[in-house]
Amino acid sequence: MAKVLMIHPDKCTGCHNCELACSFEHEGQFRPAASRVQAYTWEREGMTVPMMCQQCDDAACVKVCPTGAMHRSVTRANLVDWDERVCIRCKMCTVACPFGNARYDAASSSIFKCDTCQGAPECVTFCPNGALEFVDDEQQVRSRKKAYAAKFKDAFQEVS
Amino acid sequence: MFGWTGTTLRVDLTKGTVTREATDIGLAHTYLGARGMGGKIILDEVAPDTDALSPANKIVFSPGPLTGTFAPSAGRFEVVTKAPLNNVIAGSNSGGAFGPELKYAGYDALIIEGKAAKPVYLWIKNDEVEIRDAGAIWGHTTPDTTDLVRAETDEDAKVACIGPGGEHLSPIATVMNEMHRAAGRSGVGAVMGSKNLKAIAVFGTGAVTVADPERFKTAVMKARKMIQEHPVGGTGLKAYGTDVLVNILNQTGALPTRNYQDGYFPTADKIGGESLAAKQLVRPKGCFSCIISCGRVTKVDNPAYAGFGEGPEYETAWSFGADCGIDDLDAITKANFLCNEYGLDTISLGSTIACAMELFERGIITAKDTDGVQLTFGNVAAMVEMTRKAGEGEGFGAKLAQGSYRLAESYGHPEYSMTCKKQEMPAYDPRGVQGIGLNYATGNRGGCHVRGYTIAIEVLQNGAVMDPRITEGKAGLDITFQNLTAALDSAGACLFSTFGIGAPELAEMLSAVTGVEYSVDEFMKIGERIWNQERLWNLTQGYTTADDTLPERLLKDPIKTGPAKGEVNRLGEMLPEYYQLRGWDDKGVPSKAKLKELSLN
Repeated sequence: MAKVLMIHPDKCTGCHNCELACSFEHEGQFRPAASRVQAYTWEREGMTVPMMCQQCDDAACVKVCPTGAMHRSVTRANLVDWDERVCIRCKMCTVACPFGNARYDAASSSIFKCDTCQGAPECVTFCPNGALEFVDDEQQVRSRKKAYAAKFKDAFQEVS
Repeated sequence: MFGWTGTTLRVDLTKGTVTREATDIGLAHTYLGARGMGGKIILDEVAPDTDALSPANKIVFSPGPLTGTFAPSAGRFEVVTKAPLNNVIAGSNSGGAFGPELKYAGYDALIIEGKAAKPVYLWIKNDEVEIRDAGAIWGHTTPDTTDLVRAETDEDAKVACIGPGGEHLSPIATVMNEMHRAAGRSGVGAVMGSKNLKAIAVFGTGAVTVADPERFKTAVMKARKMIQEHPVGGTGLKAYGTDVLVNILNQTGALPTRNYQDGYFPTADKIGGESLAAKQLVRPKGCFSCIISCGRVTKVDNPAYAGFGEGPEYETAWSFGADCGIDDLDAITKANFLCNEYGLDTISLGSTIACAMELFERGIITAKDTDGVQLTFGNVAAMVEMTRKAGEGEGFGAKLAQGSYRLAESYGHPEYSMTCKKQEMPAYDPRGVQGIGLNYATGNRGGCHVRGYTIAIEVLQNGAVMDPRITEGKAGLDITFQNLTAALDSAGACLFSTFGIGAPELAEMLSAVTGVEYSVDEFMKIGERIWNQERLWNLTQGYTTADDTLPERLLKDPIKTGPAKGEVNRLGEMLPEYYQLRGWDDKGVPSKAKLKELSLN
């Protein structure tokens, strides 16, 4: 069973602890601009949505990469990995990703994308609200569907 | 350098110059940042007799050394300046993401001096700093200003700005950041207005570095756990916000009602956090790095008061609620939204409207003064309308926007202003809770709860229990809280993190971040130094022991109803001991020995 990162924007309070934990883990310093997860806040609506690499099965970044730097991991299921040694910094992956989840950082000459902290994502550890979860891929589909089913259940209970 | 960025930014609006200075690291070690460093800068650079609204006053925006790290709920900054409301060193604390963004842009502090010839805003993008024309933005509300400035700078810039309140130089005007967070007290917004400075936009992509990452992470994990397992820090504040206090204080008999004429409000439950959660709460919100999430994203559907925004906090629910004899939460939240949009302090304005209501009911003012409005306690529509008028500076609203002391004094009755050192007291009646009265009376910025929150022990029993009705031991309690809070504010931490952690955890995180070893004693000593520094400034402003007092009503008129019926505040039993424990003489002047001990002149 492989695990995936699951985002719950409805639980996010906009604290950005995910960005802090991510940059601290990867860079050893607090630099949200270098975080692999980015939480965007809409202040008028009071809403924040975290965004990070979805480790796509059929990943555009992998397809477009001319050197194989962006590749599906052979050692870990559900991980699209970036190999900085063979990367030529052409940035095609950042263009190809439909979500903008691969970014180029000029300061460090790196591609920033989520590597799930090698299977123990710090953003999940430090999210105080359960807005980020690292769950079995099968459970990811089930739990969200069941949460909505629960709302139907409540509605039907009221009318029946 | 760790924790601190090492750079202070100075902007002279008269000359239009921008300079970078090395942060004085010796001062950083002894004053930390934010409130402490900001206060030191004002003390050193602003002559005591400076008019707060003149170009000679300066305004400092300063985060702390913990700001921008993942120390729990430590993403705060302070707006420090000579206060237009009452000449004290205003240190107005705010959360959101503005403080961390200043750090990521590379600055420990932003010092603004002089006065621009015409309206401007400041655009800080890392090393690039521009003073830009704000002619088309002047006059707009704070959310609109934020959008307009972002459209001209960066859509993700963090914006601190003033609304019409600050433009009109209201001495109760706020600086708002990210639309909903307020540096609320003492009129800091008017100083921006007096400098023709409409807004500051910041975008930073740099880093805050840490001396000992492993030690810091360990300390943070421990502190997080302590807060998350605390019934208030971990559960209560997220579920109900600070407004959860309404019912608690009412049950204590210390919910000031109708301009402090009473201490009990029978229908308080209708304006409490439980009602708010049931009727208006969309979702809880946290400031940068916060694990508590006391913020309330709220929506009012009631067509009369429809709106969307954040709030109300407990103090606001009280000031526009119980203090005005009002139990309509929709109207209160609407007044809160209006204050945020116009940039006015909800505590001071609500209390000022309550004061006007008392003046009206006593016949000191009439409908002729109030633009025809029957300004009686409980008049919901009048309260909301007066809030709007104060924001616009229109008619009687212009007088309300001066705060209750100036209002009541202008009619010859300052005794109906519920203020200490001209600043409105918040929502804890000192007749029902003795220690908080001592804190209001000795508060360095006047009536204030967040710099000596004795309520945590006297009412909430956070870690210790003390009977709210007794005076014994309250001087020591108050001093401990005042010193702790001064250090905590200056580190960049949030007061609410003390619902879980204390000086040991804060000192440990600070040591790990900065690489400077802070023992608990040294941490508390920094707080004491800052408190005495603020006191020394107040002495230069002509404040004496006669000002370390409460409105006469609280000392002489007993609470009429509720659990604390018959109580008055017994300040005289606490104040001499307070001076003595502080190492001050009987005039409230710090002794030479105390100043030497604290390395103060």
